[in-house]
Amino acid sequence: MAKSNLMKHSLWICWKDLLEFSRNRIALVMLVLMPLLMMLMVGFIFPSASSVSNTPVAIADLDEGLGNVTLSHQFAATLETFGNQSGLMKMSSATGFDDIKMKIQNAEVSGGIIIEANFTENLLTGKQAYITIVTDQSNPQMSTILQQILSSTIDELGNMQARYGLNQNFNVSLSNATAMIEPYKVNVEGIVPGTPSYFQFMAPGVMAMVVMMSMMTGLPHAISYEKDIGTMDGMMVAPIRRLSIILGKVLAQTVRGMVQGIIILIMAVAIFGVVIYGNIGLVFFILFLCVFSFVGLGILITSFTDKEETASMVMMTLMFPMMFLSGVFFPIQQMPWYMQDIANVLPLTYATSALRNVMVLGSDVSAIVFPLTFLIVFGVVMLLVAIPMFKKGMSR
Amino acid sequence: MNDGFAIKTEKLTKKFGDFTAVDHISFDVKKGEIFGFLGPNGAGKSTTIRMLCTLSRPTAGTATVAGLDVIKEDSHVREHIGLVSEKLIMYDRLTARENLRLFGNLYDIPKEELEKRIDELLGFVRMQEWGDHQIRTFSTGMKQRINVIRALLNQPEILFLDEPTLGLDPQSTNEIRELTRKINTDRKTTIILTTHMMTEADLLCDRIGIIDKGKIVALDTPANLKKMLSGKEVSNIILDIPNLTNDMVEGLKVLPSVKSVEMDADMHVMVKATGNDAFDNVIDLIRKKNGKIASMKNIEPTLEDVFLHITGHEVRDEKVLKPSNASSHFGPPGMRSRQRVR
Repeated sequence: MAKSNLMKHSLWICWKDLLEFSRNRIALVMLVLMPLLMMLMVGFIFPSASSVSNTPVAIADLDEGLGNVTLSHQFAATLETFGNQSGLMKMSSATGFDDIKMKIQNAEVSGGIIIEANFTENLLTGKQAYITIVTDQSNPQMSTILQQILSSTIDELGNMQARYGLNQNFNVSLSNATAMIEPYKVNVEGIVPGTPSYFQFMAPGVMAMVVMMSMMTGLPHAISYEKDIGTMDGMMVAPIRRLSIILGKVLAQTVRGMVQGIIILIMAVAIFGVVIYGNIGLVFFILFLCVFSFVGLGILITSFTDKEETASMVMMTLMFPMMFLSGVFFPIQQMPWYMQDIANVLPLTYATSALRNVMVLGSDVSAIVFPLTFLIVFGVVMLLVAIPMFKKGMSR
Repeated sequence: MNDGFAIKTEKLTKKFGDFTAVDHISFDVKKGEIFGFLGPNGAGKSTTIRMLCTLSRPTAGTATVAGLDVIKEDSHVREHIGLVSEKLIMYDRLTARENLRLFGNLYDIPKEELEKRIDELLGFVRMQEWGDHQIRTFSTGMKQRINVIRALLNQPEILFLDEPTLGLDPQSTNEIRELTRKINTDRKTTIILTTHMMTEADLLCDRIGIIDKGKIVALDTPANLKKMLSGKEVSNIILDIPNLTNDMVEGLKVLPSVKSVEMDADMHVMVKATGNDAFDNVIDLIRKKNGKIASMKNIEPTLEDVFLHITGHEVRDEKVLKPSNASSHFGPPGMRSRQRVR
């Protein structure tokens, strides 16, 4: 049969799949809703400094003062003012460690600060004053963040105290005093301007992941479902090449995957304020390769499973490890070596890293040659295995 | 091609693992006839059809369809056949026309010609005004009519109908049967039909192959099949006796020529008896017991009887060991009803 017919037949099958899909209202809503929920979820479930606001913190002032001077009041007031102004913390008072412990257990506060008994005495006698930060171990992320904020706040208060002391006692000018206390000033600068938001970091991974999910769930439906309900026989009994059935399916799923990718890209930029520093065309190209690399895998799975149910099950089983191992949520570098080895053969890993490189760091093609090559090779190898398998599975 | 046969098979066999679904069957189908495969579910009818349609590869044996080998020339066979399988080959969210257009294009029918055929076929089943409605809005009978004309788009020489009336209501069943006959007479299409319904085979088929456990156990015209029984075999006598008593029934049962006695709520007695003097024996007994015979009928043997006679068991669903579509896995027995696509 002529080549033009092969293409023509697959285009018709593709047209049919897309038309069917476009008439499925729920599917269309999901096409938009799924990436939206994904972005919201991954953007907000992971705690970051910006997620701390009005966190209730208990403060226990045990300072006994020295004579009639009690410096802790001033300290606590400054802390409270700072907390209110920055909107980070909401202070309440407690009577001591046990009280804070009880309040944390009752989820009334997320952490506590104890100003030790000899606070004023130590300060006035030239010693270090002690402050204890009580953390909630059941919420490690939150306590780490709270600890950081409290520590830096208290450090800053301490520095102010020191600057004031130097200025008053040794007649040092305030700016010199700053240089004496903090001889090193750290400036953080990324290779692209601005501080990337968490969305900026997540968006490329979520894009790759959503595209993968739509491919992995779409293909079993497109192929196994048709086998299940018997419509596949209608195509099989027509004088067309088996390849045109696969091609048609692949085309339709690719279009669907790309549409999904573009939707999430638009959402990321328009709703979540993600900035794409690299070439937008390159982003699309990577998305396309991402789709391509999953098509083969999808066909392979549907070719040795007979029912949609089985196919979906196998897909799910493969999808979850891929999601978590591919660096979408957690950097691969943090994983133990054997997990890293697994991550390094997953196409999603490369799609994510390539997208991140281009979107966040503004890299050009030369920086992502390896991930791109991997995606292409993975896709080609999968298709080379999948197509004969599919054909064999068709005429049992 | 010109030898007058639409289909020839030689020891056609299909095995799924250890299970032999179709066991060395050889038969011919003449051009222009309606040929029926009759048998219980799981007898191997659908598997045979699937092999002839090139959807399933025979394990052994050969078959030619429209003069072409189903294995070596499978893609050419496909140009000459149409298939109405047990499951609807229709996309629910596409309109009737869109469905027909899709399949027509898979057969490379030129655009104008295709539109002409679609119009003609929609008219053929009196569904012109439904062309632009989505299939999911149709009744089962309407779906099946569109499904049948879908198989006629490429003007096939041979049309396979695999249980075309399964799951249809009586009215739609009649429509589809009429349609089948019309396709055969108007379009001179050879039709291969499978059914597990005796009446359907009897009504439609020129010749019937009775298939049981993967083997063809009898093959002839319905009349000849029934002739195998008449006279020498069973007579079905229906008696209407207003003053029927248990005594009479018991008396009938012990008559040497009587095989079985059944009774319905309206006091009709159905007697199966053998031998030429069966009638006399039955009448004598009823008269002797002072029974009043209001009416008496002799019923022609049905294909049901033929089947029973040949296979030794009734046509009822055996444990179904049957492959689901396009796979080698066996579907559970409950999966036989027509799948409705939602």
